[in-house]
Amino acid sequence: MDPVTDERIVPVTMPKWGLSMQLGKVTAWIIDEGDEVGIGDDLADIETEKINGTLEAADAGTVRRIVARVGEDVPVSGTIALLAPAGVTEEDLDAAVQQARAVIDAGVPEGTGAPEVLTAEAGGRKISYVGDGRDGDVVLLVHGYGGDRNSWLFLQEPLAAKFRVYALDLPGHGTSAKDVGDGSTSVLADAVVAVLDALGVTRAHLVGHSMGGAVALVVAARDPARIASLTLIAPSGFGPEINAGFLRGFADAQTRRELKPLVGQLFADEDLVTRQLVDDLLAYKRLDGVDEALHALAGALLDGDAQRGDSAALVAAVGGAVPVTVIWGAADRIIPAAQAEAVGGAIRHLIDGAGHMPHMERPGEVQAAIEQTIARAC
Amino acid sequence: MARNITYREALNEALAQEMERDESVVVMGEDNAGGAGSPGEDDAWGGVLGVTKGLYHKFPGRVLDTPISESAFIGAAIGAATAGLRPVAELMFVDFMGVCFDQIYNQAAKFRYMFGGKAVTPVVIRTMYGAGLRAAAQHSQCLYSLFTHIPGLKVVMPATPYDAKGLMIQAIRDNDPVMFFEHKALYDLTGPVPEESYTLPFGEANVVREGGDVTIVTLGRMVHTSLEAAGRLGADGVQCEVIDLRTTSPLDEDTVLDSVEGTGRLVVVDESHPRCSVAADISALAVRKAFGALQAPVEMVTAPHTPVPFSSALEDLYIPDAQRIVNAVKAVTGWTR
Amino acid sequence: MTDTEERKAPTGRTPTREHLLDVYRMMRTIREFEERVHAEFATGEIPGFVHLYAGEEASAVGVCSNLDGRDTIASTHRGHGHCIARGVDVVEMMAEIYGRKTGSCHGKGGSMHIADLSKGMLGANGIVGGGPPLICGTALAAKLKGTGGVSVAFFGDGGSNQGTTLESMNLASVWNLPAVFVAENNGYAETTSSAWSVASDNIADRAAGFGMPGVIVDGFDFFAVHEAASEAIARARDGGGPTLIEMKFTRYYGHFEGDQQTYRADEVEHARAELDCLKRFADRVTETGELSRADLRAVDAQVASLIDQAVDEAKAAPLPAEADLLTDVYVRY
Repeated sequence: MDPVTDERIVPVTMPKWGLSMQLGKVTAWIIDEGDEVGIGDDLADIETEKINGTLEAADAGTVRRIVARVGEDVPVSGTIALLAPAGVTEEDLDAAVQQARAVIDAGVPEGTGAPEVLTAEAGGRKISYVGDGRDGDVVLLVHGYGGDRNSWLFLQEPLAAKFRVYALDLPGHGTSAKDVGDGSTSVLADAVVAVLDALGVTRAHLVGHSMGGAVALVVAARDPARIASLTLIAPSGFGPEINAGFLRGFADAQTRRELKPLVGQLFADEDLVTRQLVDDLLAYKRLDGVDEALHALAGALLDGDAQRGDSAALVAAVGGAVPVTVIWGAADRIIPAAQAEAVGGAIRHLIDGAGHMPHMERPGEVQAAIEQTIARAC
Repeated sequence: MARNITYREALNEALAQEMERDESVVVMGEDNAGGAGSPGEDDAWGGVLGVTKGLYHKFPGRVLDTPISESAFIGAAIGAATAGLRPVAELMFVDFMGVCFDQIYNQAAKFRYMFGGKAVTPVVIRTMYGAGLRAAAQHSQCLYSLFTHIPGLKVVMPATPYDAKGLMIQAIRDNDPVMFFEHKALYDLTGPVPEESYTLPFGEANVVREGGDVTIVTLGRMVHTSLEAAGRLGADGVQCEVIDLRTTSPLDEDTVLDSVEGTGRLVVVDESHPRCSVAADISALAVRKAFGALQAPVEMVTAPHTPVPFSSALEDLYIPDAQRIVNAVKAVTGWTR
Repeated sequence: MTDTEERKAPTGRTPTREHLLDVYRMMRTIREFEERVHAEFATGEIPGFVHLYAGEEASAVGVCSNLDGRDTIASTHRGHGHCIARGVDVVEMMAEIYGRKTGSCHGKGGSMHIADLSKGMLGANGIVGGGPPLICGTALAAKLKGTGGVSVAFFGDGGSNQGTTLESMNLASVWNLPAVFVAENNGYAETTSSAWSVASDNIADRAAGFGMPGVIVDGFDFFAVHEAASEAIARARDGGGPTLIEMKFTRYYGHFEGDQQTYRADEVEHARAELDCLKRFADRVTETGELSRADLRAVDAQVASLIDQAVDEAKAAPLPAEADLLTDVYVRY
């Protein structure tokens, strides 16, 4: 920032949701000039190419200027509003607004864009993954059934500010090979290990969501010394109850009409289910091989209408040296939050107002829990 | 990974991936390679606008050039389809349908029914349609409504590169005869297309823009013109829902009717002539099945009842443009009894 | 390569007794089938139109007795003979003509659209000239798949003038397809004589224009047809490309049943008496002693019984149900 302006001015910036995001738009301002905001307060509804979400305040303060107009494209990191205490002058604020407007009006510079997609190989299957971040602890994010590396889009950039963060597409998902063999977590775990091997990483923190949580446990149980910490978000396999109808329905759905209500069950707030989200899922399901993959995975996850896996046994096999955290949305309609009790020796975070996707609905809280888990590792 | 490629490249990729996957897929048509028997380059054209370029060398013996004998080679594609091949034949311009229509509508379309369910005819006939290139009356028509009328045929017209690849792969895998309409003005259109193979189902319209005030039902190139109009109207506070039919046979009635039930106002945009057009078909559908919801008469935006003129001054008047769509929307929103 | 020749009865070939009985049975079946349909049609019970093949049996059987399971034929509106010659079930055919659910096409096709792809019979065809392009297709499939199969297009003197037929002959030569084009010149396209409508002296004269051999055959002579067809089919099978065979004969009945045939002279009486293919076949095989009159009469009796059965069953068979109206438009819509 220009040294002439007051350093007490705190910018509210366009977040980066997902490594490929370049632009976002404010679709509605929740706050007005003059409002007091606290950390975590909702500031604005943001729309990106991939997803819609609500921007939460990273800082506390008084909203002195709203910079971005509703509906205009703003580059990632562009200033959209200014917080400042009462003492900051109007002139300094105007100058800051002018600077911010120049950035917005300049648009996205050439050459910025998605990071390179890397590939590893596991059992003849191509595994895609992306990574970003600073040198330091390696964190590998493992998505769940029907997801992909972009499931982490609200978390990846903020975590990358502190760690080396990678996200892979499990077999059957994203741009990885669609063959999942028998659909077991063992096959999926091979892919995770292959990525760690390709990265030459001897020790990593794993974050796994839902089925990805069980996969992370399989990886850790095979070689506990390699895993520095485990953060499990609504992991599968910790009890018999599961929304089997969702798993099967998601595999079976052929049309947007069939898919939309199913996807809605993933969230506490169904407004998060945008058309784009459903369209992207539909496009994924129409790729060759995905139908077979999802059915195989659902078949492996379920025994009748109950969960087949025994993740508690995996936790025991991992042993006490690896710190484990389990995060669950209290409003989870896929796997009941009560199963968090079955994760032996884990620190538990129950998040109110979140469903099965707390890393999308409450990314700030999930991020904090991940960072705490990483800090517990020795 | 989805990357931006052209509509033409998306079709080429669909053909190449299916030919790779299934050796019974063969391609034939006039100059689909180009240079047959000629002293110069083989694969000289790869189709008159390059859609099949490169396939000739990649799949030796499976890209067949033909003499200018549509009834013979379109009929051959159809006969071969009954005998275990999956041909993708090109009727270069749909305007040429006159010289081979019998094979399509009396033979291919009817085998399964006439033979009591004992025939399967998995042929794809690709064809170029549409005005805008000053190609004049005999090289610029749409004519998809003539094929839509025929029981036994499926009729497909993708509007985007993503749709083109998915619908072409679906067409090749489909076990019924498919007429695949490619608008000649869309070949250079770019859009995101996954590298992997995927299919789009027939009979599923795509809501390309949501809006609660007016339903615009359209197809093919007119999807883009309709979106342009919708953008202008949106700035004026009129929110249009734009529905791309994608396939007219089978037809996704539900998506159209759901939308009309919501908006109560319908504008149908169809580049073809008005009589017995897809526009007329959709208008009738709305009147028959959503009458109670309609707040205004249905408006049709189509070409006039004339052949396609040559002079650019006239052709530009012939093709429906965004302003005419805007006017039609204003007519239905402003209508009072 | 482009000669047109008249074929005489062959010498030097010894078909087996079984083969001779088979082909006689086939021709007799066609004859009795058509004669019976002629009689039954007159009662008014048979719906629509029928176009009878009686008189032309030697062509269908002479050609098709050279074919096997790899091969395909396409026929015309006058298709009963070709269907029977390819082994399509006679009882099912009769039921189809009566529009019954038990028919070859479940009553959905009728006389002009009887087909059985499992027997390599791509259908009778209601469109004159509809078959030849399709046969280019089945020939192409056989060639690309390396099955060794041959495809035969039957068409009439009327169909020989249709653009589709001419294009198909050209295409079959250009693509060097394993195809045979059989022009069944029975003298009339509806009421119009072939002498008038075909510009050249013979349909077979056109073969040179399409780069293939042309052969003229006495269509009443089974053995001549068989020999010519055998050569053409072998040529196709061996990769030598297509041949055009022109049968010269006459049809015993009108264009369709109900045709008063006032455009004809008395050639049918003469043909039945002096040229008839069944009579000539019988005379020849009994003369050489290959078969006896008793052998032939035994076949006649079996055929008569089969035709009776076919008609009785057809008349008793159920009609298609209302739900059948909507089925089989698509494999899946």
